[in-house]
Amino acid sequence: MKVITANFVTCAVKECKTSAASFPLHFHDAELEQQELDFQPEFIRNVLPRVDWDSLRITANELGFPSLPETKPEGDALNEEQTLKDLHRLLLETQVIEGKLVCGNCGHQPWMLPPSETPNHVFNAVRGGSKKKEKKRA
Amino acid sequence: MEYLVRLAQCHETFRQPELQAVATLLGIELETMAYNEFALTEALQTPFCVVKLKDEAAARALISRSILAKDILELWGQGTTYEELHADVHQRTKDRWADYHLVTYALAVDCFAGKRSTAKKREIFESFDYLNLKGEVRIKNPDEQFTVVEDYVSDVEANAIGTERSSEPRMIYMGRWLAKSPRDIILTHTLKKRKYISTTSMDAELSLVTANMALAAPGKVFFDPFVGAGSFLVAASHFGALTMGSDIDPRAFRGKDHERKDGMAMLQNFKQYNIVSQFLDAFTSDVTNTPLRDTALLDGIICDPPYGVREGLRVLGTRDGKVIEPVVIDGVPAH
Repeated sequence: MKVITANFVTCAVKECKTSAASFPLHFHDAELEQQELDFQPEFIRNVLPRVDWDSLRITANELGFPSLPETKPEGDALNEEQTLKDLHRLLLETQVIEGKLVCGNCGHQPWMLPPSETPNHVFNAVRGGSKKKEKKRA
Repeated sequence: MEYLVRLAQCHETFRQPELQAVATLLGIELETMAYNEFALTEALQTPFCVVKLKDEAAARALISRSILAKDILELWGQGTTYEELHADVHQRTKDRWADYHLVTYALAVDCFAGKRSTAKKREIFESFDYLNLKGEVRIKNPDEQFTVVEDYVSDVEANAIGTERSSEPRMIYMGRWLAKSPRDIILTHTLKKRKYISTTSMDAELSLVTANMALAAPGKVFFDPFVGAGSFLVAASHFGALTMGSDIDPRAFRGKDHERKDGMAMLQNFKQYNIVSQFLDAFTSDVTNTPLRDTALLDGIICDPPYGVREGLRVLGTRDGKVIEPVVIDGVPAH
């Protein structure tokens, strides 16, 4: 799971969504992997306004990244290549390949250990079984 | 300037919307001058569309993203008969003929739903003598390719609505060939050659058209809530968008053990097309309980919602609305 995705998702439980504690989800025992990807400055510029900066700082902190500036880079700062490259490295190139992702409100872990690289938001969303599909034979 | 777009003869009803979408995406002003004047129903559209664009650069840009178009020509003239056509060529381009005196060139006659004998084609070529092309004729890689396009009444149309077929075309266009579309990528994107697919993978051509219509472009974020084997994501990523997907059934994108080399199986497709950098993430979620934050995060959502027998409806929750107590093993929820 990439850091940018962590910034996009909250706990899927409906009751949690209204609580401020459900976002950001917190990483525990995270194991990181760096992956080299093409640098796409236009993407960083486009996506940065949608990133929740305070949460990104918390996540970066939990993952052991050097602390980010207090305010989101804006205006001229977005033309500095180094700033964009740093963000690219954090948002896109950093992947959490193992660990727990915990909701601060309900304490549930939408991410199971370690069967997948992908967080699983389904099972605790309503904590119910899935509707069986009706079998119809044509 | 007017240009003739030759469209692929498939997915007829999507062709013009796609052209329009590409124009919107690239900021090109596009005015359709003539399209489908003869056909009475949508299924009987002819593959020729005359559009008005600012300049040649706009024409080349427009065709560079259109999947349902084949190529684009600078329109030098049109008419229902050769007399009309020649008159129109004179009127539109007389002052430009001098520019083409010395180029190497080729002439071609291209008939839709009709044919011409070699002798007749030669006669048509010779009727354009007045263009005064003095350069060398070169069939392969000429500097300029001039094409006469003839549109006949097709047998499909004759059978469907009874239009009378004739040995003469009902519309003739003459143009200078500019560029072809990237339609060939369908051949590399085809599901037959794709590394990881599932029962409901979307056809390569339709995925690309969908991504075009949703205005996928570099720097944008695209999302597919029913990602499956990721056929829509591959298409949007092909056009430079960064994509993420979710599915209620993670087995679809994760793949079986033997299908996963490193990471999820879906990633194989991104590797195959060399667009790994355009892939963000895939996660398991129910779209009716999506974990995505409730703000504007995405530039586009493209998806093929589940229906039918192969992939039926599945949502979270119980039919009677009862909440099931979570199973806890050793104090840890077992989910």
